[in-house]
Amino acid sequence: MEATKDRVKEPLMWITKRDGMNPVFIWLIRVLAFVCGMLACGLIAFALIEQLRDEPSRITEFYKCFIDGVVKNDDMKWTFAKDVAILLCISVALTPAFRMRFWNTGAEGQTLVGVLAAVGVNFYLGEPYARSHVADARLLAPMLVAALLAGALWALIPALFKAKWNTNETLFTLMMNYVAIHLVSFCLAEWVPNGSNTISINDDMPTLFNGLAAVAKKNHKYSNYLTIILTVLAVTVLIYIYIKYTKHGYELNVVGESLRTAQYVGIKVKKVIIRTMLLSGMLCGLAGFLIGGVLDCTVNTESVGGQGFTGIMVAWLASFNPLIMILTSAIITFLNHGASQISTAFDISGALPNVMIGVVLFFVIGSEFFINYKLNFRKHAREVRA
Amino acid sequence: MKKIIALALALMLALACIGFTTAEDKKAVKLGVILLHDEDSTYDLNFLNAVNEARDALGIEVVVKKNINESNACYEAACELAEDGCNIIFADSFGHEKYMLEAAEEYPNVEFCHATGVMAHTEDLPNFHNAFAAIYEGRYLAGVAAGLKLEELKAEGKLKGEVPLMGYVGAFTYAEVVSGYTSFYLGAKSVCEDVIMKVQFTGSWYDEKEEKAAAEALIAAGCDLISQHADSMGAPTACENAGIPNVSYNGSTVESCPNTFIVSSRINWEPYFEYIVNCVANGEPIDTDWTGTIADGSVMLSEINETAAAKGTVEKVAEIKAQFENGELHVFDTAREGFITVGGMQLDSYMANVDDDPEYAKDTEAISEGYFHESEYRSAPYFDIQIDGIQLLNAKF
Repeated sequence: MEATKDRVKEPLMWITKRDGMNPVFIWLIRVLAFVCGMLACGLIAFALIEQLRDEPSRITEFYKCFIDGVVKNDDMKWTFAKDVAILLCISVALTPAFRMRFWNTGAEGQTLVGVLAAVGVNFYLGEPYARSHVADARLLAPMLVAALLAGALWALIPALFKAKWNTNETLFTLMMNYVAIHLVSFCLAEWVPNGSNTISINDDMPTLFNGLAAVAKKNHKYSNYLTIILTVLAVTVLIYIYIKYTKHGYELNVVGESLRTAQYVGIKVKKVIIRTMLLSGMLCGLAGFLIGGVLDCTVNTESVGGQGFTGIMVAWLASFNPLIMILTSAIITFLNHGASQISTAFDISGALPNVMIGVVLFFVIGSEFFINYKLNFRKHAREVRA
Repeated sequence: MKKIIALALALMLALACIGFTTAEDKKAVKLGVILLHDEDSTYDLNFLNAVNEARDALGIEVVVKKNINESNACYEAACELAEDGCNIIFADSFGHEKYMLEAAEEYPNVEFCHATGVMAHTEDLPNFHNAFAAIYEGRYLAGVAAGLKLEELKAEGKLKGEVPLMGYVGAFTYAEVVSGYTSFYLGAKSVCEDVIMKVQFTGSWYDEKEEKAAAEALIAAGCDLISQHADSMGAPTACENAGIPNVSYNGSTVESCPNTFIVSSRINWEPYFEYIVNCVANGEPIDTDWTGTIADGSVMLSEINETAAAKGTVEKVAEIKAQFENGELHVFDTAREGFITVGGMQLDSYMANVDDDPEYAKDTEAISEGYFHESEYRSAPYFDIQIDGIQLLNAKF
C-alpha cells in the first residue's frame, strides 16, 4: 500500500476555531481591516478614476470626500444622522429575529409595506394627493398604526409557516420582498391614474413634537430629522433592554441557542417564533412610517432603497447587539455618503460608489474570519521534506 | 461701537460687491444637476450628454448628482447643491418636482429648473421653472418618413393587407405617449391618406423583452411598419429580425438595424441648458414654462437611412421641417378637413387638463385658430385624445 510508505502528511495550512480572544485585540483587527479597506479603495480609485491618474495629488481630496460626506455643512450633518437612524431602525428591527436564529431577510419588504400603509392611509383619509394638501397631523396616528400592522403582517406570514410547517424562513422572507415591491407598483397604478407613478402627500411636513422644533432651532426640516433620530434611539435602547433583561428576550435567546434546550425547559417555541417575528416586522413597519409619513411623504419601489438588506449586514457586524449597531450603521452610512461625494467630485460612473463600499466591506467582513478562526501553518516545512 | 464697525464693514463689502458686478457684467454660473439614474439609463444619459456639451461650450462649472430617488433624497441633494454654491439646479425626473419646489422655496436666490414637470405655471414661484420640448414636431417628421415608406410599399404592391397598417409600441397610456403616437400617426397620414395604426402598451419605460414581444405581436398582426415610444432596443431588434421597416426613438439604431431603420427623433436638452445658463449669467429671467422646438435645435431628427427609407424622403422631410421652422405648419391641425376626427366628427374643441390637479379636471380650451395648442399652456404635453384611425390594443397606466 502506497500510504504506509510515507508518514501521515501534515497539511501545509489548516484552520482551527478560535475562542476567547481579547476584545481589545478583536477591535484592533477590525479597525485594521477598515483601514486596509480604505487603502484598497484608494488603489482601485487610481485604477478606475481617470482624473485621479492625471493628478495623483488629488488623492487627499479623494479621502476628504468621506469626511465631507458627513460634516460639510449643517444640512449634511443632519442628513447623516437621520440616515444613520433609519438604517439603525431597520437593523434593530432584525435583531430579535436574528437572535432567535430566524433569518429574516425580509426587512426590505416589511419596511416597504410600512411605507405603503402610511401613505395609503393618507391617500384614502387625507386631502387629495396633489398640491392642495394640508399638513394633516391628525392622520399621523392612524398612519403609524397602519404601518406597524402592515410590517407585522408581512413578518407574520413567514413566521406562521415556519412555526407550523417549518418552512425555510430565509427564502420565504426574501420572496415576500418582491411581493411587497410589486404591491407598491400595483397601488401606484391604482392611485395615480395619470401614469406618472408619482404620489405625494403632505407638502408641509407634519411635525410630531412641535416642541422639538424649538430645540432644533433652525427650521422645520431639522425637527423632522430630530424626531426620527430620537424615536430610533429610544427604540434601540428599548430593544436592548428587551433582549437582555426580559423574559421574552431570554426565551428568544434560548430558542436561538438551542431548540432542544428550549423545548426541554418548556418554552413554547412556536409562540416565541410568532411573537418575535411580529415584533421584528412591527419595528420594520415603524421604519416604514418614518420614511413614508415623516420623511418622504410618498412611496415608490425605491423608497427603502435596499436598506432592508444593508440592515442585515449592520446587525451582523454588530454581533446582534443593538447598541453596537449605532456604530456599525454609522460606519455604513459614512461609507455611503463618502462614496456619493466622490461620485460628484470626480465625475465618475454612478456604479463606482457601490464598488468602493463593497471593497471596504469585503475587508471588514473578511476580518471576522480571522477573529473567529486561527490559521495554523506546518512548522519547518522544509526540514520535514528533507 | 463694535456694531457700528461691523455695519460699516458690511456696507463697504456690499458696495465693493456692487462695484465688482458692474465691472464684470457676466455672472459666473455653477450648474447643479440631479439625475434619477446614471449613465446606464438612456433617459438620463440623454441629459448627461447635453449637460456635458453645455459645460464644454460655455465653460461653466457643473456638479452632477446621480441615482437620486424621487423622494426626500431629491430635496437633500438640491439643498446640498445650493449650499455648494450652485446658482442653477436642474432635475430630470417627473417625481422630483415636489422636492424641487420645496427646495426652491427655501433658496429664493437659486434658480430651480425641472424637466417634464407641470407645476411651475400654477405655483407662481419666481425661481421655479418647467421645461419640455415640442417632440411632437419631431415625431410628425418621423411619421412623414414612415408614410412615404408605406406609399412606396403600396406602389410596389408589398403591403401585407388592404390598407397600410402601422404598429406602435408605447410605454404608458398617458398624455406624453398619446401626444407622441398621435403626432407620428398624423405625420404618416399627411402623406399616406388611408393609413391606420395599432398601439400596444408595455407598462414600462424600459423593458427590452416586453417591447420586443409587443413589436413581434404587431408584426404578426399584419403591420407594415413599426415605431415606438419606449427606451430599449426591443422593437428595433424585432423589426430587423423580421425585415419590417422601423422608426425608432431617442437616437439612431442604424448600427444594429442597418436594413430596417428609417429615422429617429429625440429631444436634445443642450439648447435648454445653454438658455438657462445664459439667462442667469446675464441676469435675465428664465421662462416659467420653456418649450424647445425644431427651430432651436431641441428637437432633433437623426440622419435618414436611405437603405430603408423611401426615395425622396430626405427632401420631403427637409421641406416639412422648414414649414415648422417658419411656423406655417401645425402638427395638430384641426382645420384640415378629415385630418383629425373623433368618432367620424371633425375635432374643433377640447378642454385639456393643463393644471395638474387631483381630480384631473379639464380646465383649458386647447383648440383655437385651427389647431390644438400642444405644449403652449404648459411645457409638458397634454394632448390625450383618442382620434380615428388609431386603435389601442390595450391600456397600461
